[in-house]
Amino acid sequence: MIEILQYEFMRNALIAALLASIACGIIGVYVVVKRIVFISGGIAHAAFGGIGLGYFLGVNPVLGVIPFSIAAALSMGVVSKRTKIPEDTAIGILWVMGMALGVIFVALSPGYAPELFGYLFGSILTVPTSDIILMLSLNAAIIAVVFSLHREFQAISFDEEYATTIGLPTERLYLLLLCLIALTVVLLIRIVGVILVIALLTIPAAMSRQFTHRLSSMMFLSVFLCAVFTIGGLWLSYAFDLPSGAMIVLVSGTAFILSTVSTGLYAHRRFL
Amino acid sequence: MQHGSTRTIVKLEDVWVHFDGVSVLEEVNLSINQHDFLGIIGPNGGGKTTLLKVILGLLKPSRGKVTVLGHTAEEGRKFVGYVPQYSLFDHEFPVSVWGVVLMGRLGHKKPFRDYSEADKKLAHDSLETVEMLDFKDAQIGKLSGGQQQRVFIARALVAEPKLLLLDEPMASVDSPMQTELYELFEKLRQRMAIVLVSHDISAVSIYVDKIACLNRRLFYHNSKEITAEDLEATYQCPVEIIAHGVPHRVLKEHK
Repeated sequence: MIEILQYEFMRNALIAALLASIACGIIGVYVVVKRIVFISGGIAHAAFGGIGLGYFLGVNPVLGVIPFSIAAALSMGVVSKRTKIPEDTAIGILWVMGMALGVIFVALSPGYAPELFGYLFGSILTVPTSDIILMLSLNAAIIAVVFSLHREFQAISFDEEYATTIGLPTERLYLLLLCLIALTVVLLIRIVGVILVIALLTIPAAMSRQFTHRLSSMMFLSVFLCAVFTIGGLWLSYAFDLPSGAMIVLVSGTAFILSTVSTGLYAHRRFL
Repeated sequence: MQHGSTRTIVKLEDVWVHFDGVSVLEEVNLSINQHDFLGIIGPNGGGKTTLLKVILGLLKPSRGKVTVLGHTAEEGRKFVGYVPQYSLFDHEFPVSVWGVVLMGRLGHKKPFRDYSEADKKLAHDSLETVEMLDFKDAQIGKLSGGQQQRVFIARALVAEPKLLLLDEPMASVDSPMQTELYELFEKLRQRMAIVLVSHDISAVSIYVDKIACLNRRLFYHNSKEITAEDLEATYQCPVEIIAHGVPHRVLKEHK
């Protein structure tokens, strides 16, 4: 196990996994407790449009994703809050439009798009050092915002209407939270790809909820679980020579099922 | 401030609310004064929650004017404590009683800052007032309906409101607990006006000192008297059935 760390790509992969776990553990908790899994899935998939944009403009596709996923997050948030279109319908429409735009951008780009599959399903073994620096700064931004506004985010997650009645700018806070989700998606794209991002935004947080009833403890636990799942999946993919993104998702999902079944059995036994 | 005289907390003038062209509130005029304990009764779908949302500025009336202590409804929110209908929250939500009560201070504390010692003191005192201080570390979903209701009242009290709005506070609360809640409201009305909304006429007990009937239109005489005609117009069925079980003190002869 240790000898694989002599490769730079392996070291980068491990650092990327740990960095992604921080954002994913913190923001995933909001995704789960506020029950916005669907809109988060929408933002993640629409982010593919940003990858296409990156190819089209000839820049690092991850740089194309940042503005594109934030635009997707804001438009989904605004359309679902302010129009009469049902929220899930609005999300569904913007979800596919983002992906379709990505396909068009890629088709319009000159030449061949070699790493496209990696952006869709993850390519943690090809994370360049420049992306590590980008991930560090995104993490810093996410932690800073959550640290200063976690009380407000907790209030809008618990009861948004009540939060409005005590004078909080709930719509702006909600849109800000969606932007943080968009930035987390950017962090996770290298790890599991846009298609599988939602797994890491939900599974660690949902599993941590089975063990604690405090939001802050949930965040620490879910950061830890996310790190265990990504590194465990990475190791299995190395051992069996299978795609890393898919292995990470399968490890997470299996752990969640085992944890749910065992805590359920435990609760059941107490009644016997 | 106007000492001695009765101060008007909320004033609604000719308020109409429409949803998709259908009227939910029609021509509502209402003044709520300092120290009022007003019970608003009416059938489900009669516009009771809508009326509360208009006072809170969550809904804009299609016609008419709402003022809260001379401000617009939105600006007046800081003077209003709201206890929403039970069961409108996720019972598994990871938050303690203490965390829920502190949320009531969010509109008053400076953004980006932690809760101050004064905020924590208010939360402590509010929990003491509703006799829930012993439960401050419990997860909110683990409490009984009546206990949760007390916590939500404490959350409204931490903002030191001039008006307390209670939406169906007796739903999901068993009868011994209902009496205790009324005794709590009796204590609170020294400090603020209280409006209690209910579809259950018998839930609005002898403790309220004014009663209004609401079914799209509001029938209110600034007193505890409601006429048989008002009740009939509100519930649109014979009064005898409705009035059964209502304490006599509520249904005075109306002249």
